[in-house]
Amino acid sequence: MAEMDTSSSGGHKKGPGVKKGKKLSTRVDLTPMVDLGFLLITFFMYTTTMAKPKTMEINMPYKDENIPPDKQSKVKESTAMTILLSKDHRVYYYEGIGSDPTNPPQLQVTYFKNKGGIRDAIINKKKKVEDMQRQGALTATDKATFLIKPDDNSTYDDLVNILDEMSINDVKVYAIVDITPVDKEFIMKTEQANGIQ
Amino acid sequence: MPKVKLPRKSTNIDMTAMCDVAFLLLTFFMLATKFKPDEPVVVKTPSSISEIPLPDNDIMMITVDPKGRVFFSIDNKNMRKSLIENIDEYKKLGLSEQEKNMFAIGSSIGVPFGQLKSFLAAPPDQQKQFEQSAPGVPTDTTVNSDANELAAWIRSARNTNPKLRIVIKADESATYPEVKKVIHTLEGWKIFKFNLLTNLKAVPPGTAAYELQQGGKKES
Repeated sequence: MAEMDTSSSGGHKKGPGVKKGKKLSTRVDLTPMVDLGFLLITFFMYTTTMAKPKTMEINMPYKDENIPPDKQSKVKESTAMTILLSKDHRVYYYEGIGSDPTNPPQLQVTYFKNKGGIRDAIINKKKKVEDMQRQGALTATDKATFLIKPDDNSTYDDLVNILDEMSINDVKVYAIVDITPVDKEFIMKTEQANGIQ
Repeated sequence: MPKVKLPRKSTNIDMTAMCDVAFLLLTFFMLATKFKPDEPVVVKTPSSISEIPLPDNDIMMITVDPKGRVFFSIDNKNMRKSLIENIDEYKKLGLSEQEKNMFAIGSSIGVPFGQLKSFLAAPPDQQKQFEQSAPGVPTDTTVNSDANELAAWIRSARNTNPKLRIVIKADESATYPEVKKVIHTLEGWKIFKFNLLTNLKAVPPGTAAYELQQGGKKES
């Protein structure tokens, strides 16, 4: 405790001529000290950053102008799915890579949602590719491939969300690709058809 | 009726126990605190399920704020010193020794090379105001263009410390073209692996990642 035992409880007795010194209490008022302690605690609590920021690792596809076109890895139309990120967090997706101009792909529009959003589309695509592997239409090395094409009016949030969906759904093969004018046209046409401004 | 006499108690409480607790907490917070480095802009990072922690040192941080301005910083003070010497030599900025020291102790840089000298010559409190209205480090999609000053910073930083890990800290409302410029610049230097700073969010149940996580927990 804060006080100390200052009374000499030993058998030592002072002589009659010795003047007794006045005993002062050693009890200290601790209130200001506690005040100060809590003030500092409050300060440190506010300034501290408890949660360490997390990072997400991203590997971009190796890009080199010197690789001849025939050596570049090609994406199979049947395993691929293209995801377009557009404004207002809208997500457009279609099967394949949209390389056939005579048969334009059917764009589907969706959002980032836990149920019925882009996640279901990704899961369906993965299932489809697995089914095709079982039927022998694709070899075991063919994996569902997702091409992510963020439009100029999409935000960084969308990009992180879609990359997150990839890791949520355990997608192994995906790539961030620049959007092409053809894809922009697809979006425009779909928007017009649906009456979205 | 006899009056019940309440014994008068002293209002003095023993503060010692309380004091002990207060100082215990104080010690804990003092040791656990790691001060936030001075950030020129407030950036709200998006969330992901990734659980990789940010490494403690050798970080090159490229910050993109909501308006799309790019800020550049590396962590180590000694590295910063050699970086600014490298940049000074490369871009012939003619910085004085004092300005270089100012860079070494400063935080991030968000001004073009043309304004760097006047920025570093200003006293610290003015530097903060300067950064508020700074245009950010100019970036471009091609790495070789002279307008891409971020490319020059990355080049010099990697020359001074090849171990640097690259972290992009972008605001969730930053538009993609701004982030794309940064990514393309990194690709131009043949950097294909980098980290994006995110907040942690829970893995949604019923998904492949959730099962992986649960499976991993059962095994261990």
